[in-house]
Amino acid sequence: MVERQSPLEPVLQVGSHGNFEHGVDIILSETQPGSILQLAAWPGEEKKLISVIRTVTGLALPDGAGGGSTDGARSVFGFAPGKFTVVDEAEGLVSAFAGAVTPAIGTVTDLSHGRTAIRIAGPKAEWVLAKFFAIDFALPAFPVGAGRSTVHHDVFAQIQRTGADQFDVYVFRSFARSFWKALCHASEEVGYEVQ
Amino acid sequence: MLITCPYCGPRDVLEFTYQGDGNRERPQPASQNLDAWNAYVYDRLNPAGDHNEIWQHSGGCRSHLRVVRNTLTHEISSTTFARGDHKSAARHKAGGKS
Repeated sequence: MVERQSPLEPVLQVGSHGNFEHGVDIILSETQPGSILQLAAWPGEEKKLISVIRTVTGLALPDGAGGGSTDGARSVFGFAPGKFTVVDEAEGLVSAFAGAVTPAIGTVTDLSHGRTAIRIAGPKAEWVLAKFFAIDFALPAFPVGAGRSTVHHDVFAQIQRTGADQFDVYVFRSFARSFWKALCHASEEVGYEVQ
Repeated sequence: MLITCPYCGPRDVLEFTYQGDGNRERPQPASQNLDAWNAYVYDRLNPAGDHNEIWQHSGGCRSHLRVVRNTLTHEISSTTFARGDHKSAARHKAGGKS
Protein backbone atom coordinates (compact mmCIF):
# COMPACT_ATOMS: atom_id res chain seq x y z
CA MET A 1 0.00 0.00 0.00
CA VAL A 2 1.13 3.56 -0.62
CA GLU A 3 1.96 5.60 2.44
CA ARG A 4 -0.97 7.79 3.32
CA GLN A 5 -0.46 11.47 4.05
CA SER A 6 -2.85 13.18 6.41
CA PRO A 7 -4.66 16.29 5.14
CA LEU A 8 -4.42 17.60 8.73
CA GLU A 9 -0.63 17.50 8.82
CA PRO A 10 0.00 21.26 8.36
CA VAL A 11 -2.54 22.25 11.04
CA LEU A 12 -2.37 19.43 13.57
CA GLN A 13 -0.37 20.92 16.45
CA VAL A 14 0.11 18.51 19.32
CA GLY A 15 -0.27 20.08 22.75
CA SER A 16 -2.73 22.06 24.84
CA HIS A 17 -4.51 25.03 23.31
CA GLY A 18 -7.11 27.63 24.08
CA ASN A 19 -8.43 28.31 27.53
CA PHE A 20 -6.86 25.31 29.30
CA GLU A 21 -5.77 27.02 32.54
CA HIS A 22 -8.73 25.44 34.33
CA GLY A 23 -8.27 22.04 32.75
CA VAL A 24 -8.60 20.44 29.35
CA ASP A 25 -12.20 19.54 28.51
CA ILE A 26 -11.68 18.35 24.91
CA ILE A 27 -9.17 15.96 23.40
CA LEU A 28 -8.85 16.03 19.61
CA SER A 29 -7.00 13.44 17.56
CA GLU A 30 -6.92 11.89 14.13
CA THR A 31 -7.49 8.15 14.36
CA GLN A 32 -6.12 7.31 10.88
CA PRO A 33 -7.90 3.99 10.40
CA GLY A 34 -6.42 1.73 7.71
CA SER A 35 -9.81 0.85 6.22
CA ILE A 36 -13.03 2.83 5.85
CA LEU A 37 -15.68 1.00 3.82
CA GLN A 38 -19.20 1.72 2.79
CA LEU A 39 -21.44 -1.33 2.39
CA ALA A 40 -24.85 -1.16 0.78
CA ALA A 41 -27.50 -3.88 0.55
CA TRP A 42 -30.02 -4.20 -2.24
CA PRO A 43 -33.60 -3.79 -0.99
CA GLY A 44 -34.58 -6.92 0.93
CA GLU A 45 -30.97 -8.11 1.40
CA GLU A 46 -30.23 -6.05 4.52
CA LYS A 47 -30.33 -9.02 6.93
CA LYS A 48 -27.84 -10.98 4.80
CA LEU A 49 -25.46 -8.02 4.70
CA ILE A 50 -25.71 -7.60 8.48
CA SER A 51 -24.81 -11.25 8.95
CA VAL A 52 -21.85 -10.88 6.55
CA ILE A 53 -20.64 -7.91 8.62
CA ARG A 54 -20.89 -10.05 11.77
CA THR A 55 -18.96 -12.90 10.14
CA VAL A 56 -16.16 -10.69 8.80
CA THR A 57 -15.73 -8.22 11.67
CA GLY A 58 -17.23 -10.08 14.63
CA LEU A 59 -19.43 -7.04 15.33
CA ALA A 60 -23.17 -7.52 15.79
CA LEU A 61 -25.36 -4.66 14.60
CA PRO A 62 -28.25 -3.81 16.91
CA ASP A 63 -31.70 -3.41 15.36
CA GLY A 64 -32.92 0.01 14.38
CA ALA A 65 -31.92 3.04 12.35
CA GLY A 66 -28.40 4.29 12.99
CA GLY A 67 -27.50 1.32 15.18
CA GLY A 68 -23.87 0.33 15.47
CA SER A 69 -21.16 -1.12 17.63
CA THR A 70 -17.43 -0.90 18.19
CA ASP A 71 -14.74 -3.02 19.80
CA GLY A 72 -12.02 -0.36 19.72
CA ALA A 73 -10.20 -1.68 16.66
CA ARG A 74 -13.23 -2.18 14.43
CA SER A 75 -16.42 -0.17 14.23
CA VAL A 76 -19.63 -0.43 12.26
CA PHE A 77 -22.77 1.69 12.10
CA GLY A 78 -25.77 2.21 9.86
CA PHE A 79 -26.01 5.67 8.30
CA ALA A 80 -28.85 5.19 5.81
CA PRO A 81 -31.44 2.50 5.04
CA GLY A 82 -29.48 -0.65 4.12
CA LYS A 83 -26.14 1.19 4.18
CA PHE A 84 -23.31 0.80 6.67
CA THR A 85 -19.91 2.28 7.36
CA VAL A 86 -17.30 -0.25 8.51
CA VAL A 87 -13.97 0.92 9.88
CA ASP A 88 -10.86 -1.06 10.80
CA GLU A 89 -7.54 0.07 12.25
CA ALA A 90 -5.82 -2.34 9.86
CA GLU A 91 -5.66 -2.00 6.09
CA GLY A 92 -7.13 -4.59 3.74
CA LEU A 93 -10.68 -4.87 5.10
CA VAL A 94 -11.98 -4.42 1.56
CA SER A 95 -10.51 -7.73 0.42
CA ALA A 96 -12.16 -9.52 3.35
CA PHE A 97 -15.54 -8.14 2.28
CA ALA A 98 -15.03 -8.39 -1.49
CA GLY A 99 -15.62 -12.15 -1.51
CA ALA A 100 -18.27 -12.18 1.21
CA VAL A 101 -20.60 -9.49 -0.13
CA THR A 102 -21.75 -11.22 -3.31
CA PRO A 103 -23.29 -9.19 -6.17
CA ALA A 104 -26.69 -10.59 -5.13
CA ILE A 105 -26.39 -9.06 -1.65
CA GLY A 106 -25.02 -5.59 -2.34
CA THR A 107 -21.94 -3.48 -2.91
CA VAL A 108 -18.64 -2.64 -1.22
CA THR A 109 -17.00 0.77 -1.70
CA ASP A 110 -13.53 1.48 -0.34
CA LEU A 111 -13.42 5.02 1.07
CA SER A 112 -10.19 4.59 3.06
CA HIS A 113 -8.44 7.38 1.15
CA GLY A 114 -11.53 9.53 0.77
CA ARG A 115 -12.46 10.13 4.40
CA THR A 116 -10.63 11.54 7.39
CA ALA A 117 -11.49 10.27 10.86
CA ILE A 118 -11.38 12.82 13.68
CA ARG A 119 -11.91 11.78 17.29
CA ILE A 120 -13.33 14.26 19.77
CA ALA A 121 -13.36 13.16 23.39
CA GLY A 122 -13.74 14.69 26.81
CA PRO A 123 -16.45 15.98 29.14
CA LYS A 124 -17.37 18.84 26.76
CA ALA A 125 -17.42 16.73 23.57
CA GLU A 126 -21.23 16.67 23.40
CA TRP A 127 -21.35 20.40 24.02
CA VAL A 128 -18.81 21.32 21.33
CA LEU A 129 -20.43 19.03 18.73
CA ALA A 130 -23.83 20.50 19.54
CA LYS A 131 -22.46 23.84 18.30
CA PHE A 132 -21.85 22.21 14.91
CA PHE A 133 -24.73 19.84 14.31
CA ALA A 134 -28.46 20.24 14.95
CA ILE A 135 -28.92 16.74 16.38
CA ASP A 136 -29.40 15.42 19.91
CA PHE A 137 -26.05 14.27 21.36
CA ALA A 138 -27.42 13.25 24.77
CA LEU A 139 -26.54 9.66 25.67
CA PRO A 140 -30.16 8.33 25.77
CA ALA A 141 -30.86 9.76 22.28
CA PHE A 142 -27.44 8.86 20.83
CA PRO A 143 -26.24 5.65 22.51
CA VAL A 144 -22.67 4.31 22.40
CA GLY A 145 -21.98 2.62 19.07
CA ALA A 146 -24.76 4.44 17.21
CA GLY A 147 -24.10 6.47 14.06
CA ARG A 148 -25.64 9.60 12.58
CA SER A 149 -25.21 11.28 9.22
CA THR A 150 -25.63 15.01 9.12
CA VAL A 151 -24.01 18.17 7.73
CA HIS A 152 -22.11 21.17 9.01
CA HIS A 153 -22.35 24.01 6.48
CA ASP A 154 -22.68 21.49 3.63
CA VAL A 155 -19.73 19.44 4.90
CA PHE A 156 -21.23 15.97 5.10
CA ALA A 157 -20.27 14.20 8.31
CA GLN A 158 -20.85 10.75 9.70
CA ILE A 159 -20.62 10.61 13.46
CA GLN A 160 -20.29 7.51 15.61
CA ARG A 161 -20.36 7.59 19.38
CA THR A 162 -17.52 5.31 20.46
CA GLY A 163 -17.68 6.11 24.18
CA ALA A 164 -19.82 7.91 26.74
CA ASP A 165 -17.90 11.13 26.01
CA GLN A 166 -16.16 10.20 22.78
CA PHE A 167 -17.22 10.62 19.14
CA ASP A 168 -15.56 9.69 15.84
CA VAL A 169 -16.41 12.08 13.01
CA TYR A 170 -15.84 11.01 9.40
CA VAL A 171 -15.59 13.89 6.94
CA PHE A 172 -14.54 14.16 3.30
CA ARG A 173 -10.77 14.27 3.08
CA SER A 174 -10.90 17.48 1.02
CA PHE A 175 -12.88 19.26 3.76
CA ALA A 176 -10.99 17.72 6.68
CA ARG A 177 -8.49 20.54 7.23
CA SER A 178 -11.12 23.26 7.29
CA PHE A 179 -13.37 21.15 9.51
CA TRP A 180 -10.47 20.47 11.87
CA LYS A 181 -9.72 24.19 12.16
CA ALA A 182 -13.37 24.91 12.91
CA LEU A 183 -13.35 22.18 15.54
CA CYS A 184 -10.26 23.72 17.16
CA HIS A 185 -11.87 27.17 17.22
CA ALA A 186 -15.04 25.74 18.76
CA SER A 187 -13.00 23.94 21.44
CA GLU A 188 -10.85 26.96 22.37
CA GLU A 189 -13.14 28.31 25.05
CA VAL A 190 -13.21 25.05 27.03
CA GLY A 191 -9.53 24.24 26.56
CA TYR A 192 -8.43 21.43 24.26
CA GLU A 193 -5.52 19.11 23.79
CA VAL A 194 -4.41 17.73 20.46
CA GLN A 195 -2.87 14.26 20.60
CA MET B 1 -39.11 23.87 10.02
CA LEU B 2 -38.35 20.30 11.02
CA ILE B 3 -38.87 17.27 8.78
CA THR B 4 -39.02 13.89 10.50
CA CYS B 5 -36.96 11.58 8.33
CA PRO B 6 -38.23 7.99 8.68
CA TYR B 7 -34.63 6.87 9.13
CA CYS B 8 -32.85 9.74 10.92
CA GLY B 9 -35.66 11.26 12.97
CA PRO B 10 -36.50 14.98 13.20
CA ARG B 11 -33.93 17.12 11.35
CA ASP B 12 -33.63 20.74 10.34
CA VAL B 13 -35.00 21.62 6.91
CA LEU B 14 -31.49 22.80 5.89
CA GLU B 15 -30.47 19.12 5.62
CA PHE B 16 -33.15 18.49 3.00
CA THR B 17 -33.45 19.34 -0.69
CA TYR B 18 -36.80 19.95 -2.32
CA GLN B 19 -37.25 17.65 -5.31
CA GLY B 20 -40.51 19.01 -6.59
CA ASP B 21 -44.22 18.44 -6.64
CA GLY B 22 -45.17 14.89 -5.67
CA ASN B 23 -48.43 14.88 -7.62
CA ARG B 24 -47.08 14.92 -11.15
CA GLU B 25 -46.66 11.70 -13.07
CA ARG B 26 -43.83 11.41 -15.57
CA PRO B 27 -44.89 10.03 -18.96
CA GLN B 28 -43.05 7.00 -20.34
CA PRO B 29 -39.69 8.20 -21.77
CA ALA B 30 -40.74 7.22 -25.30
CA SER B 31 -44.10 8.95 -25.03
CA GLN B 32 -44.89 11.53 -27.71
CA ASN B 33 -48.04 12.70 -25.97
CA LEU B 34 -47.28 16.43 -25.82
CA ASP B 35 -50.23 17.14 -23.52
CA ALA B 36 -48.92 14.61 -21.00
CA TRP B 37 -45.41 16.11 -21.14
CA ASN B 38 -46.80 19.62 -20.89
CA ALA B 39 -48.80 18.63 -17.81
CA TYR B 40 -45.76 16.94 -16.27
CA VAL B 41 -43.52 19.96 -16.78
CA TYR B 42 -45.90 22.88 -16.17
CA ASP B 43 -49.20 21.95 -14.52
CA ARG B 44 -49.20 22.41 -10.75
CA LEU B 45 -52.09 22.28 -8.30
CA ASN B 46 -50.61 24.99 -6.06
CA PRO B 47 -53.03 24.24 -3.21
CA ALA B 48 -53.49 26.39 -0.11
CA GLY B 49 -53.27 23.48 2.32
CA ASP B 50 -51.84 19.96 2.28
CA HIS B 51 -49.42 19.39 -0.59
CA ASN B 52 -47.69 16.18 -1.71
CA GLU B 53 -43.98 16.80 -2.16
CA ILE B 54 -40.78 14.89 -2.84
CA TRP B 55 -37.79 15.78 -0.69
CA GLN B 56 -34.35 14.28 -0.41
CA HIS B 57 -32.52 14.06 2.90
CA SER B 58 -29.38 15.15 1.07
CA GLY B 59 -27.52 16.14 4.24
CA GLY B 60 -28.26 12.87 6.00
CA CYS B 61 -29.23 9.39 4.86
CA ARG B 62 -29.79 10.66 1.28
CA SER B 63 -33.17 8.90 1.06
CA HIS B 64 -35.88 10.32 -1.16
CA LEU B 65 -39.01 11.06 0.85
CA ARG B 66 -42.68 11.56 0.12
CA VAL B 67 -43.75 14.46 2.35
CA VAL B 68 -47.17 16.02 2.95
CA ARG B 69 -46.64 19.68 3.89
CA ASN B 70 -49.29 22.27 4.61
CA THR B 71 -48.44 25.28 2.46
CA LEU B 72 -50.22 27.65 4.88
CA THR B 73 -48.73 26.49 8.18
CA HIS B 74 -45.64 24.48 7.06
CA GLU B 75 -46.97 21.66 9.23
CA ILE B 76 -45.64 18.30 8.03
CA SER B 77 -48.37 15.70 8.44
CA SER B 78 -46.59 12.68 6.95
CA THR B 79 -43.15 11.55 5.78
CA THR B 80 -42.50 8.18 4.16
CA PHE B 81 -39.76 6.72 1.99
CA ALA B 82 -40.39 7.35 -1.71
CA ARG B 83 -38.83 3.94 -2.33
CA GLY B 84 -41.53 1.31 -2.72
CA ASP B 85 -43.88 3.92 -4.06
CA HIS B 86 -45.52 2.33 -7.11
CA LYS B 87 -45.04 5.42 -9.26
CA SER B 88 -41.29 5.61 -8.77
CA ALA B 89 -40.96 1.82 -9.10
CA ALA B 90 -42.78 1.92 -12.45
CA ARG B 91 -40.53 4.75 -13.58
CA HIS B 92 -37.45 2.79 -12.59
CA LYS B 93 -38.60 -0.25 -14.61
CA ALA B 94 -39.42 1.87 -17.65
CA GLY B 95 -35.95 3.44 -17.45
CA GLY B 96 -34.36 -0.01 -17.29
CA LYS B 97 -36.05 -1.24 -20.43
CA SER B 98 -35.27 1.67 -22.72
